[in-house]
Amino acid sequence: MRKVVRGFYAIAYAVKLSKPNVICAYPITPQTEIVENLAEMYANGELENCEYITAESEFGAASVVLGASATGARTFTATSSQGLLLMTEVLYNAAGMRLPIVLAIANRAVSAPLSIWNDHQDSISVRDAGIIQIYVENNQEAHDMIPFAFKVAENKNVLLPFMVCVDGFKLTHAYEAVDLLNQEDVDNFLPPYNPVVSLRIDKPVAMGCYAPPPTYMEFRVALEYAMERAKKVIEDESKEWYEITGRDWGAHIKAEYCEDAEVAVIAMGSIVGMIRDVVEEMRKEGMKVGLLKIRTYRPFPAEEIRKALTNVNKVIVIERSLSIGSEPPVTLDVKSALFGHSSQEIHSVVLGLGGRDVPRTQIIKIIKEVYEGKVKPGKRYEGLKEFEEVIP
Amino acid sequence: MGKVKIYLGASSPAKTSEMKTGDWGTEWAKVDEDKCIACGRCITFCPEPCIEYVEKNDKKVARVDTDYCKGCWICFTVCPVDAIKMETKEIYKLEVC
Repeated sequence: MRKVVRGFYAIAYAVKLSKPNVICAYPITPQTEIVENLAEMYANGELENCEYITAESEFGAASVVLGASATGARTFTATSSQGLLLMTEVLYNAAGMRLPIVLAIANRAVSAPLSIWNDHQDSISVRDAGIIQIYVENNQEAHDMIPFAFKVAENKNVLLPFMVCVDGFKLTHAYEAVDLLNQEDVDNFLPPYNPVVSLRIDKPVAMGCYAPPPTYMEFRVALEYAMERAKKVIEDESKEWYEITGRDWGAHIKAEYCEDAEVAVIAMGSIVGMIRDVVEEMRKEGMKVGLLKIRTYRPFPAEEIRKALTNVNKVIVIERSLSIGSEPPVTLDVKSALFGHSSQEIHSVVLGLGGRDVPRTQIIKIIKEVYEGKVKPGKRYEGLKEFEEVIP
Repeated sequence: MGKVKIYLGASSPAKTSEMKTGDWGTEWAKVDEDKCIACGRCITFCPEPCIEYVEKNDKKVARVDTDYCKGCWICFTVCPVDAIKMETKEIYKLEVC
C-alpha cells in the first residue's frame, strides 16, 4: 500500500507490524514523533500483546527495554543525540547480555553547543558497544529496516541490539511516498521471538553478572564473533527481503558505477540520494565517478569496500561526524579496510555538522576538485566559515 | 584443559548464588540486635540487597548476609537508631609500613 507519509510514521508503522511486546521511550527531538505515533496506536488498541511504558529518562527507557528483553519480550525504543548518550551505559550492557533490542535513532548532533539538527555524531559515538548499526537513505528503507532489524538481531547466531539510524528531520519529518508493508508479509518474514536465554521462574539464571579476569575476555571476544557472524545473516536476510518486497537495498554496501570509476564517493544516510543524483549527472557528462553507500557501519564491511574500490583511484569519504583528536570515523575504517591492499588517494571531507545545509553545488565542487586533481588528499571541511575564538 | 564455558546473557556462573561478592570490601556491616527496631530502612536501601529480617529471641531484627555485603556504609547511614556499625575485616587489620 503506497502512501505519502512522514518518516516517523513509516518507522512507527513498521514497528507495529513487527508486533513488539514492550515499547519504552523518553521524548527527544527529532525522535519524539516515532514513539508518539506508537503511543497513539497503543492507546487505540492497535498493538496487541504489547505494553507501552513511559520512562523518566532515556537511561530509564533503555533499562526498561533491557529488562523486558531479558524476560523474552520483543522490545523497541527510539532516541536521539543526548538521549542516546544517556542510554549508552545501559546499551553496552544490553549488547554484553546479548539482548536483541531494536532502536531507531533519529540522528542528531550532540551538545555543546545545543543543536537539534542532523548529523551522525550520536550513533557514531556508540560504535564500539557491540550494536549493529545500519544507516538508511530514505523513509522506505527506514520502514523496511525495522522488521529486518528484529529478524537479524534475534537470529540465534547473532543476538545483538540493532540500531536503525535515520537522519533526524531530513528523513524523520519528511513526507515521502512509502510502500507500507502488510501484516502478512511481515509475519511470514519475522516469526515470533523465541529467546535462547530468558529470565524465567522455572529455570532461574542471572544475566550480566560479574566476570572475573579468567572469563571476562572470552565474553567480550564472543561479542566480536557474534558481530562477525551477523555479516552473513545480514546478507542472507537482505536476499530474503528482496524476494519478499522486490526492494534490493544491498546488504552491507551498495556500490554504483564503481567498476570503472576514477573517483568514488563514500557516504551514509540521507545525503546518499543527492550524491547519487550528482554522480548520475556527471556520468552523463562522461566523468568516471562512482558512489559507495555504506549501510552497515557495524559490522563494518571492510572486505566489500575493498572489492568495490578495486579499480578506483581516488576516494572521497563524506563525513557527518568527527572523532575529535583523530581522523573522522568513517575515514578511519575505510583506511583500515584498504591498508595493505591498495593505495588509493583518500579525501576525508567533513560537512553538514549540526544540520548545516549541504547544497548540491557543494557536492559537485567536492567531486570535481578531486577528479581534476586540484586538492591534496587528507582531511578538510566543506562549508566551514572562517572563525576565531573570542572571550565573551 | 577443557573449554571455558561462558553462558549467553553474560553470566558466569549462571547464578549469582555461586558468585559470592562479600569479600570485595574491607569492612562489613554488623547489626546491634539489642538496638535494632526492625524498621526496615536498611533493607530498603541496601543496594545488594543482602539484609533481611530474622527472628531472634522472639524479636524481629535485621541481619546482614556477609556473603554479599560489600561494606558500602549505606545501611549505616540510614539506620535511625545507630544499630549498625561498620567493622573492619580481620585480614585488613594490619599495619602498613
